[in-house]
Amino acid sequence: MSAPKEESPVTNLRDRLAAIATLDAAALEAEDIAILGRKQGELTRRLKGLATLSIDDKRAHGALLNALKVEFEAAIGTRRAELATEARQQDGAGVDLTMPGRESWHGTLHPVTVVIDEIVEIFRALGFSVALGPEVETEEHNFGALNFAADHPAMDMHDTLYLDPQGAVPAAGERLLLRTHTSPVQVRVMREGPPPYRVVIPGTVYRNDAFDPSHAPAFAQVEGLAVDQNITFVDLKATLGHFAERFFGAGTPVRFRPSFFPFTEPSAEMDVSCQLCAGQGCAACKGTGWMEILGCGMVHENVLRNCGVDPERWTGFAFGMGPQRIAMLRHGVPDIRHLYAGDMRFLQQFRSVGS
Amino acid sequence: MNASRAWLEAFLRRPLEAADLANRLAMLGAPVDAIEPIGADLSAFVVATVTDVRAHPDADKLRVTTVEDGSGSTWSVVCGAPNVVAGGRYPFARIGTTMPGGMVIERRKLRGEVSEGMLCSARELGLGDEHDGLLTLETDAPDGTPVAAVLGGGDERLVVDVTPNRPDLFGHKGIARELAASLNVPFRLPEIPGLAATDVPPPERASDSGVTGGITVTIADRQGCPRFLAGVVRNVQIGPSPEWLRRRLAAVGVRSVNNVVDVTNYVMFELNQPMHAYDADALRGAEIGVRTAKSSEVLVTLDGSTRTIPDGALVIVDGTGAIGVAGVMGGRDSEVTDTTTTVLLECAAFDPSRVRAARRALGMSTDASQRFERGTDRWGAVDAFRRAVQLVVSVTGGMIELPTIDCFPTFSHPPRIFLRPARVAQVLGLDLDWREIERCLVAIGATVVSKPDDARIAVDVPGWRPDLVAEIDLIEEVARVHGYDAIPSTVGPVRPVFRPDDAGWAAAHHARQVLVAAGMSEVLTLPMVAAGDPRAPVLLNPLSNDHRCLRPALVPALITEVERNWAVHNGDVRLFEVGTVFTVAEQHGAPPREAQHAAFAVTGRRQPAHWNDPAPRTWDRWDAKETLRQLVGLAQPGASLQVEGDGWAVHATDGRRIGHAGPITADSPQWAAPVFAGEIELGTLRSGHAKFAPLPTFPAVTRDLTLQLAAGQAVAEISSLLVQRGTRHDLRAVHVIDEYRDPTVGAGARNVTVRLVFRSDHRTLTDTEVDQATGRLRTSLERELDVSLRSS
Repeated sequence: MSAPKEESPVTNLRDRLAAIATLDAAALEAEDIAILGRKQGELTRRLKGLATLSIDDKRAHGALLNALKVEFEAAIGTRRAELATEARQQDGAGVDLTMPGRESWHGTLHPVTVVIDEIVEIFRALGFSVALGPEVETEEHNFGALNFAADHPAMDMHDTLYLDPQGAVPAAGERLLLRTHTSPVQVRVMREGPPPYRVVIPGTVYRNDAFDPSHAPAFAQVEGLAVDQNITFVDLKATLGHFAERFFGAGTPVRFRPSFFPFTEPSAEMDVSCQLCAGQGCAACKGTGWMEILGCGMVHENVLRNCGVDPERWTGFAFGMGPQRIAMLRHGVPDIRHLYAGDMRFLQQFRSVGS
Repeated sequence: MNASRAWLEAFLRRPLEAADLANRLAMLGAPVDAIEPIGADLSAFVVATVTDVRAHPDADKLRVTTVEDGSGSTWSVVCGAPNVVAGGRYPFARIGTTMPGGMVIERRKLRGEVSEGMLCSARELGLGDEHDGLLTLETDAPDGTPVAAVLGGGDERLVVDVTPNRPDLFGHKGIARELAASLNVPFRLPEIPGLAATDVPPPERASDSGVTGGITVTIADRQGCPRFLAGVVRNVQIGPSPEWLRRRLAAVGVRSVNNVVDVTNYVMFELNQPMHAYDADALRGAEIGVRTAKSSEVLVTLDGSTRTIPDGALVIVDGTGAIGVAGVMGGRDSEVTDTTTTVLLECAAFDPSRVRAARRALGMSTDASQRFERGTDRWGAVDAFRRAVQLVVSVTGGMIELPTIDCFPTFSHPPRIFLRPARVAQVLGLDLDWREIERCLVAIGATVVSKPDDARIAVDVPGWRPDLVAEIDLIEEVARVHGYDAIPSTVGPVRPVFRPDDAGWAAAHHARQVLVAAGMSEVLTLPMVAAGDPRAPVLLNPLSNDHRCLRPALVPALITEVERNWAVHNGDVRLFEVGTVFTVAEQHGAPPREAQHAAFAVTGRRQPAHWNDPAPRTWDRWDAKETLRQLVGLAQPGASLQVEGDGWAVHATDGRRIGHAGPITADSPQWAAPVFAGEIELGTLRSGHAKFAPLPTFPAVTRDLTLQLAAGQAVAEISSLLVQRGTRHDLRAVHVIDEYRDPTVGAGARNVTVRLVFRSDHRTLTDTEVDQATGRLRTSLERELDVSLRSS
């Protein structure tokens, strides 16, 4: 039935299999060829020899030989890897592996850019799209259309830089200035076509403020505008509260306080729980436990009217915030002027973000 | 606005806690920027009696006093104050007391006399600027009583941040009204110690002109001055104000002047009605009035400066000329002084924009102008006037001449506004019932005229709220008083709006990615620069000469930043910026052209030094060229680089020069490596998606040719000829792989090795085919460009 004459060579092969774990490199390669070699290998030959056997013998011997082949391949592979590791260890003897690795320069995004990108991405995820506009604007876009009464104390909050008309005499409202906020882009978007609108507007804005630790004559702003039917103060609170949780972390407490902006009514400031003291009250939050993060409100009906939108049919909210201030809070930067300098020692500190 | 906690307590008739007030005010829209204790910690000071005053044997200005402080001991104290008298009671700092300035009182000798403590002035206690002498305590409290107990419970100053729409919050009454609504308690005007119970009769109504106390009052500019009240008080005794009045003013940071001026300031801080007091005898022609300034009128103001009154300003005049700039500052010649016996009190309303224009032209801002330019309550002026008269009479012992006069030529009422509850719901998302709407409006002092269930509620707004002019203003008040906190925050369904992102956004984003990947750090420089580039738009009112223009390019600022790094001994600088640049428009008066640029500047080592490679190579022009090429490929499809000078320029398809790169001259220290920089205008991104190319099936074959190039011969010519002629021979690419300048061959001549890559899509090319193709290309080079192979 079975083939006892084949038993002893197989036993022999089993011994050789067991011996593989002790072979040196040269002996291992020789044994590999002797057993598994494509032409003269012991197992190869025997497997070829199967062709001459009866079907039953083929079945019995074939299974046995194939199992042996797999075991040899595994044993030889394992021993080969062992020997390679030993060889590397010998070669590497005397190499101090605690020596430092090879560094490369790492590029960095500005911390303010990172903040802007994060804010914009959150609002894009909420269905807002990015709108941009010019930094040199007309008085009408920057003030008039946004319901600033001419010569009102509200203008004092927007100390404005004007362009030298170089002798030109602009028409009323056409005087050129550096926009004091990104809100003129709201006007441009609304005048472009009918509602609904849902835009987020990042950009640089300008004020006639000398540099000091917390003021700069030019800084970034991210503004947003949502106008549709049935948008209410509830939506404003919900949307901006959602933003605060996405940006500052789930469960971040927020509060809305009444405020005043000529272009929104009702107007509000949104505070988030002070990021430094977790609402306990500290010097940074003047002991209130809150940090003012953004201004917002329902778009003033005069602004809608000025942009050709019927305020009885459409309502909306707008908001704006200052990425420099947020970046300063986030990284503990004490002086805004650092954010305008190209000192590599400063810029390279922000590699964890964006690079 | 500086508010006093104690003053607010007097309105609300209850003790208040400053931190709680601050929180309530913040939630009503008037955040408190600071809470400042008035006076230092007084707990260390005690009431003491001076029992004896002797001359100092060795100093004319010093006295030696004996002080009893309730401790059972008596102390010898040397004192320099002129007002120290035996029997007087003063604040006393015992030995060991720490003064507000940090000094510790010790036992010491002053000119040989022992001093065992210090008698204190108001300033030494941190209670104000009075330093003329000791603070005299009028009290029956026993010696040793803490001074704080005698001076009252102390006070705190709340620095309230008032938004421009809320003039009423410039008076304590306005703030008290808000707090009353928040606390749900009533409020009333504070009671004044020693004030006569009898009320001042109402003034007599007049039109443009009237007479009171023998003085003629005339409004010559009704638009500028809608209302002017005046009254004359005779036999006044000018002197220091009573302690309660001085304390109120000190608490809000106002210097005490005299009892009459102090009353006008008190009323201003209480009721937001600026007032002015004149020495009635100094009014020439027994006249006072308001008119528009004539050209170049001059006035010496209260602060002693001679000022030219701006054209168009409102002036207060007497029979001869200007005696004050209305709403801004009075004149020195008619001010109330120690010798004044008759006072004329003025209480007026002025056009906010006229006051604002005048104070801006004068370049000054006063407590009065700050209030007038935001809008005072012309209807409430009568109450303020009567309170002021009553107080002046009370503190000066004078007599009011009746009747007083109220010139109000165009009589009016505060406006009436209609409010639709449905509109409240549309804006706030909140269905408030009629009662709650009414409660909110009544809390701010409005009168709700309509009955419940009216679709429109008629609301008479209070005179002190000039900001309430339309329905939406009332909706904001309802929301504010109801409480923003009480409005829900529920996310509703949102319909998507399709509007593509502005193309510039993605362009900037991708440019940043390219530059960060190159190892550079982003910087945001100021967009304002010094003059110098004729393309730069000029500002009318720049911050300084260094910020006179808008930047027409980014690289110069980056070079300045490179130099900043050199100044701190950092030679490895890799900066980039993406931002807007501005160039003057061709058309005069048109807005400048704005474009988004990306720029970079690099110097120093290309890699950080490693122990294995201690001196890595530095950035060179080829790095700059490649960075520029990548940016062009990204944001200027179709544009290409051309050699320009010692660098490269990029021209758009319309010929406009839109970018450049190359070496840059900078203010380099000797040790610095060269600087390379580049800049490009970001256009629109390459559109569309990359198309898949089948992977090659057959291998490529390469041949290297080392060519001898004459001086001035460009590799680009050779590459493009090879590509052109090689196409039919399955030449797929030409790579420049080496350059060697052999000084023996001649100046400028060089050997350049190019690698030709041949590959067919259909079969494996044979060596023979490739050798033949290479031979043909060599022939082309020789014939067409006179370039031959290096003879080996």
